[in-house]
Amino acid sequence: MSEITSITTPIRLDYTYTAGHATQRFLLGMAEGRILGQRCPECSKVYVPPRGACPKCGVPTTDEVEIKGKGTVTTFCIVRIPSDVLSVPPPFACAHVLLDGADLPFFALIQECPFDEVRMGMRVEAVWAPKEELAATFESIRYFRPIDEPDAPFESYKEHT
Amino acid sequence: MAESESKRLTAAHVLEYPYRRSVGPVLGAFFSALTEQKLVGVRTRDGRVLVPPVEYDPESGESIDEIVPVGPGGVVTTWTWIEKPRPKHPLQTPFAWALVKLDGATSGMLHAVDAGSAAKMRTGMRVTPRWKESPEGTIHDIVCFQPE
Repeated sequence: MSEITSITTPIRLDYTYTAGHATQRFLLGMAEGRILGQRCPECSKVYVPPRGACPKCGVPTTDEVEIKGKGTVTTFCIVRIPSDVLSVPPPFACAHVLLDGADLPFFALIQECPFDEVRMGMRVEAVWAPKEELAATFESIRYFRPIDEPDAPFESYKEHT
Repeated sequence: MAESESKRLTAAHVLEYPYRRSVGPVLGAFFSALTEQKLVGVRTRDGRVLVPPVEYDPESGESIDEIVPVGPGGVVTTWTWIEKPRPKHPLQTPFAWALVKLDGATSGMLHAVDAGSAAKMRTGMRVTPRWKESPEGTIHDIVCFQPE
């Protein structure tokens, strides 16, 4: 008799994701190498990616805003555990990047920099896929890399930590 | 890309947790027995036999590990008919999910019963496992139960 000591119990959920209006605008922007967000008409916060409504004010966000690809690392972590689904070998840094002009940091990979030099306040910029590879996906931004600017003062992104 | 704004963007989104769990000595005995096309349960101190086996008596909370052979045949104690199987179901033809109380057991085990049609299903019917050709030590080694 073979002795069984472990079993695989995969849990798999197959979804078809349908982009809503706001996400669709954002994704189509990605395909053109543009970052499109939306501004709340009440509190003026800019959400990237937009979800179509302001979670704080509960109103639709109808004004579209184009954001440039520079921002600040508000927080980060170092991934050290390998996995089949990771696109880069560990260790590497994942960060929340608060884009200039946006009020919601988003999750991004930081590259072109030793992982242990990534820090809060670090200034970074988006590195896009080559033009012919741009598509309606978040992956059109390959990663963020450091730029030669002094670190942002903590006060400037304190709200997002 | 470059779909017009009127075309709604959709994408496949798969969320998968490829867990591997250790089974311990009690459930391990159950899965190991399956590799020999055998079924086992666990006996509680008051004499009930639970299949699949569990490490603790669900009533008293006592640790239990007395493995006893059961089955292979058993009795359907309750069932529900699946007219349109879904992709991950064990059978792709209409079948029943049933609790099967294996001979020697006092609890029912959930599994599929291939009876052909709902008209042939009844509570109290005797069933026997249909085994997969090369068992691997998983519950899928039993393809389904079928009328005896």
